[in-house]
Amino acid sequence: MHVPNGFLDAPTSVATGVVAAVAVGVALRGARRELDDRTAPMAGLVAAFVFAVQMLNFPVGAGTSGHLMGGAVAAVLVGPWTGLLCVSVVIAVQALLFADGGITALGTNVVLMAVVTALVGWAVFRLAQAVLPKRIGSVPIAAGLGAFVSVPVGALVFVGLYAVGGTADLDLATLTTAMLGVHVLIGIGEGVITFLAVGSIVAVRPDLVLGARRVLDERELEIRTGSSTGSSTDSSEVTA
Amino acid sequence: MSTSTQDRAEGRTGRPDNRAVWGAALLVSLLLAGIVSFYAAGTPDGLTKVSEDQGFAQTETDHELGDSPLADYSARGVDDDRLSVGVAGVVGTLVVLVAGTGLALALRRRSPADQSD
Repeated sequence: MHVPNGFLDAPTSVATGVVAAVAVGVALRGARRELDDRTAPMAGLVAAFVFAVQMLNFPVGAGTSGHLMGGAVAAVLVGPWTGLLCVSVVIAVQALLFADGGITALGTNVVLMAVVTALVGWAVFRLAQAVLPKRIGSVPIAAGLGAFVSVPVGALVFVGLYAVGGTADLDLATLTTAMLGVHVLIGIGEGVITFLAVGSIVAVRPDLVLGARRVLDERELEIRTGSSTGSSTDSSEVTA
Repeated sequence: MSTSTQDRAEGRTGRPDNRAVWGAALLVSLLLAGIVSFYAAGTPDGLTKVSEDQGFAQTETDHELGDSPLADYSARGVDDDRLSVGVAGVVGTLVVLVAGTGLALALRRRSPADQSD
């Protein structure tokens, strides 16, 4: 969903630039609470992973493709503010090094692909976590749901921006239908990739997934309270 | 079902350390950007397709840095298509890794400051 130069007029592009700058500023403060010696190296890797996977366009229907945006997967792995910053770095590098996404549209692209997908992805992830069973296995599912929802929301925000400052005179209802139709499909891909990526890390080192910490903390308490009764048996068989 | 995942994650011998996880994540990213990217779908992405169908694709104007050596994910001067996108992908992944890690390290809480939380 990289917006090129020319789709939105100058005032709208300036406005999205301001919104993006404010959001990144807030994220710079918020990320300090999420980042420590253990998560900081993860953040760089998450950004690199998002860049790599964004190159992998997958087909969605005839003659169309989509790729991961990455805000949701980054938010679940390293936290919403750090995730927002990770995807912003990706989008800046894409615009500056690869001519992907216009320079005048940089603010627009940061808003659509970093701010919206990270914050919406995280919000839906937390909501799904509240509804799903409090198990570590629910974390990748909640992450996938957050990712799935984040993409069509990003598409709707684009339509909103186009309504304000689009350079062509379009029927907004038609544009909404077209954008939603294709981005729901791309959202499915986003959800699957996010499920697999979060699931892989959760399977080997759940403690490295920020979105899993709450579940892990609760589980640790359960294990400690349960261990006092089971310690007397020396046999290796433990019945669940 | 989830118990097996938990057991595996907490088994003292089978649990990979930080460096193993980070190394694996970097390797996967480099393979995806450097090799798998060649096989990515070449059809227009969602927004591009919508702009063509809805008739506003022509409002796109040139990119300011369209002549840059890595523009459109192909390394200038590398004739082989497979190698060209691969080089672009690996360079991009490493640049993002350095920028992202640098930013995160600059922002992180230092361990002694944790108690002020």
